[in-house]
Amino acid sequence: MRELALHLMDIAENSVAAQAKTIHLEVEEETAADRLWICVRDDGRGMDAEMVQRVVDPFVTSRTTRKVGLGIPLLKAAAEACNGFLEIQSQPGVGTELQVQFQRSHIDRMPLGDIAATMISLLVAHPEIHWIFRYKVDGAEFLFDDAPVKEVLGDIPLTEPDILAYLRETIESGVREVHTMELI
Amino acid sequence: MTTIKSLEDLKKLREQALQKRDVKRAEGAAQVIVGMGTCGIAAGARETMKAVLETIEQEGLSGILVTQTGCIGLCEKEPIMQVVVGDGPKVVYGKVSADVARQIMKEHVIGGKVVENHVIPM
Repeated sequence: MRELALHLMDIAENSVAAQAKTIHLEVEEETAADRLWICVRDDGRGMDAEMVQRVVDPFVTSRTTRKVGLGIPLLKAAAEACNGFLEIQSQPGVGTELQVQFQRSHIDRMPLGDIAATMISLLVAHPEIHWIFRYKVDGAEFLFDDAPVKEVLGDIPLTEPDILAYLRETIESGVREVHTMELI
Repeated sequence: MTTIKSLEDLKKLREQALQKRDVKRAEGAAQVIVGMGTCGIAAGARETMKAVLETIEQEGLSGILVTQTGCIGLCEKEPIMQVVVGDGPKVVYGKVSADVARQIMKEHVIGGKVVENHVIPM
């Protein structure tokens, strides 16, 4: 995958698969500390320590009773190649938190990519989930919580053309504003 | 923050959507499913999804259910998209780039004609 935003989407799909009701996606860029940090937090079914080990390092473990993908190991390798880390904290029945950090200025760091497209895809494809997106660059922050939107909409689906346009404009302009701040 | 103002805008959009509802029922709903497993995402499924949503927005298509599925074991054919129009058959498409997705939306979802050269025989 060529964008961190695509990895973010992949990680978020894991939370969806874990039957989360609420999923937080957070991206923070700090120029002074030279770090780019991503966090996905869910209230899904969680994992025990052995399972966490297995999703992080699928080739080292012996158990093959469950299917484990390559999304997380690939992201971990990418982070470690950029003086960063990937860490998972999980508790069965409580939820999972995945944090990944990169040295922001590292030459090998993947671009963040189209984070607005990632947010919109997740939002639309999983309307049953409560999504909270936060994108922060230094002092500027864009926060999107879909709860008020869904409350206003009631039973009107997010995929109605005017609603889609509203969501796209809100999220794209929110992300853009934060990005612009970065250049000042 | 412009949140409060934009939620007001959203309420208006909701009213408009409610009014359009009866019209849309007559057209017969369509369902579009995009494969969003790791394989799908790596193959470009987000751009496929984006093209689907853009077409809905640009063409003003009401009543289309868009959802996603995980890996269905056909990773080499990703991005995969499944389309059902009204009571029609379930059609599974493979190698659905953004351009192909736009073509499927226009010819199949709007026009009712299956885009044969991208169908995966199931």
